[in-house]
Amino acid sequence: MNLFLATLLSPLVGGLLLGMINNPRLAARINIATGVSTFTFSLLLAIQVLDTKSVDAIDGWFHLDAYNVFLVALTTFVGMTTTIFSGPYMRHELEGGRLDLPRLRLYHSMFQLFQFGMLLGFTTNNIGVLWVSLELATLATVLLVSLYRTPASIAAAWKYFILCGMGIALALFGTVLVFFTSSAVLGHGNEALNWTALYAHAAELDPAVMSIAFCFLMVGYGTKVGLAPMHAWLPDAHGEGPTPVSAVLSGLLLNLALYALVRCKMLVDGSTGTDMAGHIMMGFGLLSLAVAALSLHKQRDIKRMFSFSSIEHMGLMTFAFGIGTTLSSFAALLHMTVHSLVKSGIFFTVGHAAQAMGTQKMSEIRGLIRHHPGIGWGLLIGTAAIAGFPPFGVFTSEFLLFTAALESYPWTTVPLLLGLLVAMAGLFRFVQPMVYGEVAEQAVQVHVNMLPVYVHFALALALGLAIPGFLAGWYEQAAALIVSGAVSGGGA
Amino acid sequence: MSASLVQQLIDGLAALMLLTSFALLAQHRMLSVLNWFAAQGFLLAATAAVVAYGTDNHELYISAMMALLLKGMLLPWLLWRVIRKLRVHREVEPLMNSTLTMIIALGVTLFSFHIIQPIEKISELMTRDSMAIATACVLLGMLMMITRKKAITQVIGFLAVENSLFFAAIGSTNGMPLIVEIGIAFDVLIAALIFGLFFFQIRTTFDSLEVDAMNVHLIHKDDDE
Amino acid sequence: MSSAFVQMLQAILLLLLAPLAAGFVSTCKARLQNRRGASVLQPWRNLRKLFGKEVVMAEHASWIFRTAPYVVFTATVMAASVVPALLVDTPLSLTADVIALVALLALARFFLALAGMDIGTAFGGMGVSREMTFSALAEPAMLMSIFVLSLGAHSTNLTTMINHTLNSPFALHPSLAFAFVAMLMIAVAENGRIPIDNPGTHLELTMIHEAMILEYSGRHLALMEWAAMVKLMLFATLITDLFMPWGMTLEASPAGVSLALALWIVKLAGLLLALAVIETGLAKLRLFEVPEYLSGAFVIAFLGLLSYYMLEVGA
Repeated sequence: MNLFLATLLSPLVGGLLLGMINNPRLAARINIATGVSTFTFSLLLAIQVLDTKSVDAIDGWFHLDAYNVFLVALTTFVGMTTTIFSGPYMRHELEGGRLDLPRLRLYHSMFQLFQFGMLLGFTTNNIGVLWVSLELATLATVLLVSLYRTPASIAAAWKYFILCGMGIALALFGTVLVFFTSSAVLGHGNEALNWTALYAHAAELDPAVMSIAFCFLMVGYGTKVGLAPMHAWLPDAHGEGPTPVSAVLSGLLLNLALYALVRCKMLVDGSTGTDMAGHIMMGFGLLSLAVAALSLHKQRDIKRMFSFSSIEHMGLMTFAFGIGTTLSSFAALLHMTVHSLVKSGIFFTVGHAAQAMGTQKMSEIRGLIRHHPGIGWGLLIGTAAIAGFPPFGVFTSEFLLFTAALESYPWTTVPLLLGLLVAMAGLFRFVQPMVYGEVAEQAVQVHVNMLPVYVHFALALALGLAIPGFLAGWYEQAAALIVSGAVSGGGA
Repeated sequence: MSASLVQQLIDGLAALMLLTSFALLAQHRMLSVLNWFAAQGFLLAATAAVVAYGTDNHELYISAMMALLLKGMLLPWLLWRVIRKLRVHREVEPLMNSTLTMIIALGVTLFSFHIIQPIEKISELMTRDSMAIATACVLLGMLMMITRKKAITQVIGFLAVENSLFFAAIGSTNGMPLIVEIGIAFDVLIAALIFGLFFFQIRTTFDSLEVDAMNVHLIHKDDDE
Repeated sequence: MSSAFVQMLQAILLLLLAPLAAGFVSTCKARLQNRRGASVLQPWRNLRKLFGKEVVMAEHASWIFRTAPYVVFTATVMAASVVPALLVDTPLSLTADVIALVALLALARFFLALAGMDIGTAFGGMGVSREMTFSALAEPAMLMSIFVLSLGAHSTNLTTMINHTLNSPFALHPSLAFAFVAMLMIAVAENGRIPIDNPGTHLELTMIHEAMILEYSGRHLALMEWAAMVKLMLFATLITDLFMPWGMTLEASPAGVSLALALWIVKLAGLLLALAVIETGLAKLRLFEVPEYLSGAFVIAFLGLLSYYMLEVGA
């Protein structure tokens, strides 16, 4: 019980504290300390779930089961490594004049508040509080996207705010409709919004209302996931903010939105008993894959290109969850994990590359491997990992996805394969000249900390080669839960 | 008050909500838009109070008070201060002329009435008639966001959508649990504060509050050279 | 007292009280503007003066110009006499259909327009084109707002509608509220009052109704002006009939009729005072803003229709 509070309060306290500290070095250190402490608490929580299968806390307000425990640990882990990366990186930005001290202070405190929102969303048992925390996480990052105060970044932050605000409003309407039908079954109190209670009574919820609710929830949360055609905000927002912000946006926030979407899908499946929700998700997933793979080729900015890659992968995950078999859900869960790790590692590398070359335009970045082998190799390995090369984890999850698709909907493997190939072509077409070639003239030496990147890639490699037993166990359990549309009871 | 009188009051308030949504779309001046927005906040508080009386739900009185303070007074005041500092008293600039907007608004209302019909039939609450109106108000708020060129009116459209969602929550469920309501209100407040901060950033960088001026910087990012 | 007698009494009263009503509005406006203004009886005096004067016509005026005042006056008076004011059920009540009413008013407007264009002056043509544009927008709005009312009574006959309102229990109907506001807006537009048209203006370029009757003199002018006053009375009575019919008698007894008469005068006075306040408080709209005003009235009437279906059917 205390662990829940500790995990949540750690980033909250850190964020409030950081709002008052002006010294950049001290702030960076406290940031890292907060990240480490949050990660430690969440690790202990995870161990507790390992023992007892699922944990409920504080009168059922919080709930951890196989589905969200590894996501909590993942979030805190990536959060921690990002804080380690961001210390020297942001100091370099400060020295370069792109930031000033007040804005750095804002950055640090908003970063931790964002973490708080994410953790609240993952651990809460209440569908309404999930909405509130997703909105909170979005609000925390809006100001961060426009941190550099360039015209493009302000425009990007505005677009992000308006489009995601709209999406979230639609999701709220869907939530209201869910409450509408659940209050008839469970009464008007908080009980009617708890995941545990909802799943237990899913069959009694009115299918017609739940179908309409799912349409709103799909479009609403789908906007936050970055699915086409609601993805217009994503490349701009992820491309314009500072690199640590892009890393957590791509690596973590999209996960929370997808998590919310899948929880809703579980509920709707239990209520309607049809495959409607799954089919809708598959449709959106394939569309996102196609749009992202094709748009990749038109990009000129390196961060925008990789954010389209995020759209592509979120599309894949949505498609996988939509298929709805145990195998596909397993694949999707694995994919969520490795994508977060690899994508954030890539963004770290890209950040260093942009700093070294002084620009984000891909046509002007050249010869990374000669200028700084660490960055060059990091980018090459990262791109290979995200494109789905074996033996990285992305290959494993995509292979499992193929198998699942072949089992249930064989004709979808063709667009899947096409999309993946087109995306891979796009990625390498841009990365190869950036990594090799003559070093560009304006390249400068930067203090580079590639350790977080290597740790992420190593983990992705490990997950590709040999998934640890407990993790595989969690994935299986979570997949079973997702397919059956239920949630495990406390201490079963 | 008898049950039927409560029901009539709720129906009347719902009709007035619909009127405010249309009025928001029809205004030419920024200040009158804000006034209608504040009126919407008052109507929300009144509706919540009436439903609280009718269902004997005391938590809803707190929601009503929050709606009154936050949406009827604080938010319009914040926005008014921002408008005054930015000196944007002037015209609201719509994307297409007002008659066409009105006709589309009427079509949207008919559409939302049509889709909510099956849900309305299931409801046994006294507020079920207002569900279609709430959905219409949500869609009308979105229409306002789409058809406006200035950033401030887009924000007011967004806040109007949030208002209508609150109304929908009351109408379809007699109020969400208090924790959720407080969380949502908190989020809306933070959003409004961030919007306020944003306007100044936009104004300093772009010297205008037109959304098109901002989008120009993003349009060329995709083309091949 | 037979109902036929009451019907005739209604018609005559409408005719005679119309100038008084117009005078009442002018006096209220004057007082609101801190002037003393002309006496309430002034319009009667004006009409009497005009009837005594010689008619001067252009040389090339056609028979339309000569007969138009009579047609306009007759059509308006016929419309007015059909509208029940005191007694709900009159011998002519079968013809008291709102659509017929609108048709009679349209006939009057048609001849007014022809007369305005007959001589070929610039101002006449200008007034006619404005009037026709605005009436093309105002008429659908008026019909929409009346339809909202007729939905409940399942008929467009005025007598049936009044009976329905009198017999149903008192309730707050949003649809009626919307229809009422829309009707008020339309009545102001149809009668050429501020904010659409200034009846007291002497600037020809801003005229709408006055521009069409600019060339008339003598008894022709008297008839045209009287017709306009009767039209104002007609709309006011229509509004009280549709939205606040309480006090109208159901049978033709002296006591009932006297009470109905008193209440009718009180309601009319209230409406005319409201008109005076609106005229004093608002500024005249620019011409290109009038279609917006009229479509606003249409939208409000349509909202009334929507609220009827959304809130009141099956409730």
